[in-house]
Order: sequence, then C-alpha cells, then structure tokens
Amino acid sequence: MDNKLIYLDNNATTRIDDKVLEAMLPFMKEYYGNPSSMYEFAKEPAHAIKEARGKLKDFFNAANEKEIIFTSCGSESANMAIRGVLNMNKNKKHIITTKVEHPCVLNLYQTLEKEGYAVDYIGVNSNGELDLAQLEDAIHYDTALVSIMYANNETGVINPIQKISEIIKKRNPQTKFFVDAVQVAGKIPIDVQELGVDLMGISGHKFHAPKGVGALYCNSKTIITPLIIGGHQERGKRAGTENVPYIVGLGKAAEIAQDFLKYEATEVKRLRDKLEAGILKNIYNARLNTGAAPRVPNTTNIGFEYIEGELILLHLSDLGICASSGSACTSGSLEPSHVLRAMNVPFTAIHGSIRFSLSKYTTEKEIDYVNEVLPGIIEKIRSISPYQDELEELKKQKHFI
Amino acid sequence: MWDYSEKVMDHYRNPRNVGKIDDADAVGSAGSLACGDQLKIYLKIKNGIVTDAKFQTFGCGSAVASSSILTEMIIGKPISEVRKITNKDIADQLEGLPPEKMHCSVMGYEALEDALQGYEDYQDLEDIRADEEKKQKIVCTCFGVTENVIWDAIKQNGLKTVEEITNYTKAGGACGKCRGLIQDIIDTYNKKEESQKTEGLSPAQKILKINTIIEKQISPELQKDGGDITLVDIDGNKVYVKLRGKCSGCKNSTLTLKAFVETSLREAVSKDIEVIEVGA
Repeated sequence: MDNKLIYLDNNATTRIDDKVLEAMLPFMKEYYGNPSSMYEFAKEPAHAIKEARGKLKDFFNAANEKEIIFTSCGSESANMAIRGVLNMNKNKKHIITTKVEHPCVLNLYQTLEKEGYAVDYIGVNSNGELDLAQLEDAIHYDTALVSIMYANNETGVINPIQKISEIIKKRNPQTKFFVDAVQVAGKIPIDVQELGVDLMGISGHKFHAPKGVGALYCNSKTIITPLIIGGHQERGKRAGTENVPYIVGLGKAAEIAQDFLKYEATEVKRLRDKLEAGILKNIYNARLNTGAAPRVPNTTNIGFEYIEGELILLHLSDLGICASSGSACTSGSLEPSHVLRAMNVPFTAIHGSIRFSLSKYTTEKEIDYVNEVLPGIIEKIRSISPYQDELEELKKQKHFI
Repeated sequence: MWDYSEKVMDHYRNPRNVGKIDDADAVGSAGSLACGDQLKIYLKIKNGIVTDAKFQTFGCGSAVASSSILTEMIIGKPISEVRKITNKDIADQLEGLPPEKMHCSVMGYEALEDALQGYEDYQDLEDIRADEEKKQKIVCTCFGVTENVIWDAIKQNGLKTVEEITNYTKAGGACGKCRGLIQDIIDTYNKKEESQKTEGLSPAQKILKINTIIEKQISPELQKDGGDITLVDIDGNKVYVKLRGKCSGCKNSTLTLKAFVETSLREAVSKDIEVIEVGA
C-alpha cells in the first residue's frame, strides 16, 4: 500500500462526492446569476436553490420547505439557533447543554454565562451516555433552551433525542430544543417531526459536500432572530447573497446520503466493527472507550494505555493513515479532550486515545492494512514508555482473560 | 499538523538510546502520566564524564525527540559541561520546536537537572536554600509546575508573557488560575533584571536616580508619619541624608534609615549603597 492515503478521519471532514462536485460546477461557470435578480438569467440559480431546499426538507423530513435555512457551516447553524432563540425569549435566563458538546455550542454557552445566563452542563457516564435524570431535574420554568448533540464527534455515541425531547416538553412545553446533528447527517436517518425537536443544525462537509455550507432546520413554531442582518435572503433569517453552488452541492449530498443510509448501517458498520475487533484482539493495552453505548456506524474511539496519542498519529501518518486523537498534544491546548474527561476515561488511557472514523469510501483492504500495521506501531511506542512494569501487568491480565 | 523539523521527525521515528540502565549512577525524571508526558533519564558517570545515557518517554513526537537528542548531547561529555545544557540548547539541536511544544525541551532540561542533583556542588548556602524554596513552591497545580521551573524558563529563553510561559512549561495551560502568579514571577524577574542593569549607571545617572527615589518614593512614605528626608550629598556609594520633623531625634531614626531608606535605595539603584545620617 505504498503512497496510498487511508483516510479514517471522516468525523473531521470528508471527501467531496464526485456527483456533488459535478452538480455544483455549472453554478460556478455558466449560471452565475444572482438568484434575487429580475431577469431570465437569474431563474436557473433561483430554481436550483429551491430544489436544494426541497432536498434538505426531505433530508430532515421537515413539514415545510420554509423551515430550512442555509448557512455557512455547522458552527453558524448552532450560533444562529442558540442566539436566535434567546433573543426572542429575553425574559428567560436559564439554559442547558451537555459537558461533551462540540466547542461551537460549549464555548458559546460559556460566553452566555458571562452575559448573565444560568447554565446547567449535563454530565455523561463512563460510556459517554447522557445523564437523563440530571437533565430532567435541571429543566424548570425559566429554562429558555436546551442544546444537545445528536451524536458526539469524538466517540460517536448517539443521544436518545426523541426521549430527551419528550422529557423537555413534559417539564416545560415553552423550552426550545436545539440539536447539533452534524455528526449524524448521512450516517443515520433523521426525522425532525418524529424526534420532536425545534431546531437542528448540520454541516455539509461531514457528508461529502464541500466545506463552507450548512443548514439549520427551524420549525414553524419557533421564531428566531437572524445573526447576519441585511437583505431579504432566507426569508430575512440570514442575509447575504446565497452561496448558490455550495447550496446546490449540499442538496445533492443530502440526496445521495439518503440512498447510502442502508450502506452506512451495514457495510460501513461491518468495517468499523472489523477494525475495532482487530485492534482489541491484537493489542493488549487497547480499550474501547465507549463500552456498549449506541453509536453512529462509522466511529470508534480506542484508548491505548501508557502511550501517547500524537506519537501514534505521527507513526500512522508515516504510513499514509489519517486518524485523530483526544490527546492534549495534538490540539494545541494542553488539556486532553473534554469529552473523554467528562467520561472519566482513566488518565492512563486518555492521552493515548485515538478516533478512527470511516466513510462510504473506506475499503476492506484499507481496514485490513491498518489492522496489519497498527500492532507494530503500538509495540514500537510501548517499547520507549517508562511504564514497562504496568504494561507487563496489563499483558498478563489480557492473557488471563 | 505541527511543523516539525526534519531533525525532530528523524528522532521520533528512530529514537536513539532508548531503554533503562539498571546500574545507573544517576536517574532523573520530569512530567507525569496525568499531564500527558513523562520522561525518565538514566546516566552512567565515570570520572566526571557521562559514559552512557538512556531514556524512556511517554509523550508526543517532540517529547521523544527532545529526550533522544538529549542523550546524544551528553554522552561523552564531562558533568561540568552537561550541567550547562539548557532547554534552549535542546530545542536548537532539534533545529527548533513549534512554540506550543517548547515545554518538551524544558522537560528534557528538568529531567537532566533532576538526575544531576546529587552531583551538584553549590557554593553558596543561601543559593541552595532559595533554590530549594523555589523548587518546592508549586505555582501551577494542574501540571505541578514549580516556581523554579518557570524562573529558569524565563531566564533561559527570555520569555516575556504568560502565554509564552505556558508554551514552554505548560503552567497556566489548564484551569488558568495561576496566570496571575505567573505574571508576578515575570514582574519579579524583570525587576531583578532592571536592578542589575542599574549597576552600570554613570555617576551622574546614579545621582539623579537616587534623588528621584528619595523624592518620589521615600519622602512621601516618611511624610505619612509626619517626618521627611532631604538628600545632602552623594559620594560614590555613600548617601548622606538629613532627617526633618518628627523623624529628627527620634530614637528609631537610625533603624528607619537602615531598614527603609537603605533597602529602598539598594533595591532600586545598587546593592552597595550605604546611607549615612548627618546632623541638623
């Protein structure tokens, strides 16, 4: 497998589907008109946006096309939903989220805290599953908004959104519910009506559309203020000339993703499970960080005890294998992943935790290759660790089991 | 992706001198598992010369590279030379490290310093005591970084900001509660530097400085107690002053002069200053 790239970091970003790019190109070349203009030439781009909106409506299973707002990314969708809801409910000063949220929600909540909001951060168990009892207790008459991710980007653990939605509405029917669905889009079916959520954000580049486009579902009963003020675009909810080619790309990616959901649930899951089983079987200091928690089909997060994650990534990279780590060293910050810390992953494993995330482009050959080379890489790194006695002990335990 | 030099990549790919020396003459360590990097270094020393060195590291690419190159830098060198190695030397040998990764070179320096503890021959007892105090005083509790480590990092790398200290020592990188303390250490260091600089003042500058300190700092303090001070003459390091008002004739005046005026002037201008009171 010389000079070949094995891309197992699809929760970070994905390769653009060729069909998506093809659909986009005409709107970069010949159909460059501004969809708001009043001539025939603007009709094609205006029509393309309408069509994309229809595809996104189907993707979310929204009741109405008007409930879809195009944005530039997942972070914008989240900021718009959260700020937008709070601006319309100025009298309520309590908001809730989780300890394991993506920074686009977590850091915004910390900012809101400084602005005077009372915030509850809901914890997770050691598998990464949300503490629903704590959530239920936290909701009260003053709670304006609950933001909970559909699936976690680092662990892939899925939150029971429908159940959470019922809990929220039971406790306070006025409380709005925003779901960051960036990590489930294209991986599992989404049905906003069945889930009972008010707002949901996605990002194109996580499911084979390009970077720079996202969408926000905002149901017709939820009124939000815009983040960007200006023209009438997106029904006044998001000013700025529509990014026509990217919106077309997002629509196409959403359409294709629908067709691939079954493949994700079967084939991608099979390969992920094969990789995971191979690692856990062949590497004695490996542990699955998520236990038996329900997960999206493409993600696995494995902790390698007594060795450090960045070094694993560097050695993988030398062989063309791309993955990511919750280690402090890779992030530029000095703290290891807030998600793994919230899960109380033992500190012997937290710095050596690696996430592999697959896609529809991952092949069996690639997975076999990783399973073939990874034990050697881990052995090499283990051999320079100062924790030889502890590692020896782990090895004995594994043999015993 | 970090922008690692070829040298760093070579050393984490092919680390030199990995392992443990069972009958080592000196062993040092730095960091911890909880912090995300730990380094152990083992030395064989014969006739004041490091004859062998090995390391074990739990850490990122730059931590392994720092440890690996450090062993190469010290094997065959006399202890006196090894003792002079700073974290900057380690980083330089690696053809540089990304700013956020400088703490890896500091860790190498710390482990080496730890190993050479038994071989240190301090001359000044006070230095030892001051050093020990600094060593024990933990500033950053998250990463267990002591004042000594921060002080050395400032001194060896000319650091100016809290952020730089975080990049080099990790201190302040987690909860951030110690950032104020780190700023204090920077300020203290700068003040000390500043006072050392004044040693090189010309006689005229010195006179001017003494005059300003007396007028702006010492006099207002004495006025609070209803007294005052006037500068009479300066001869080399001898400063002649006259006391007025309540201070004059007060039994404690000599003490006031010695303890307060002299200390203030010594701190700000030169440690050789001697204050002499002249009659009214």
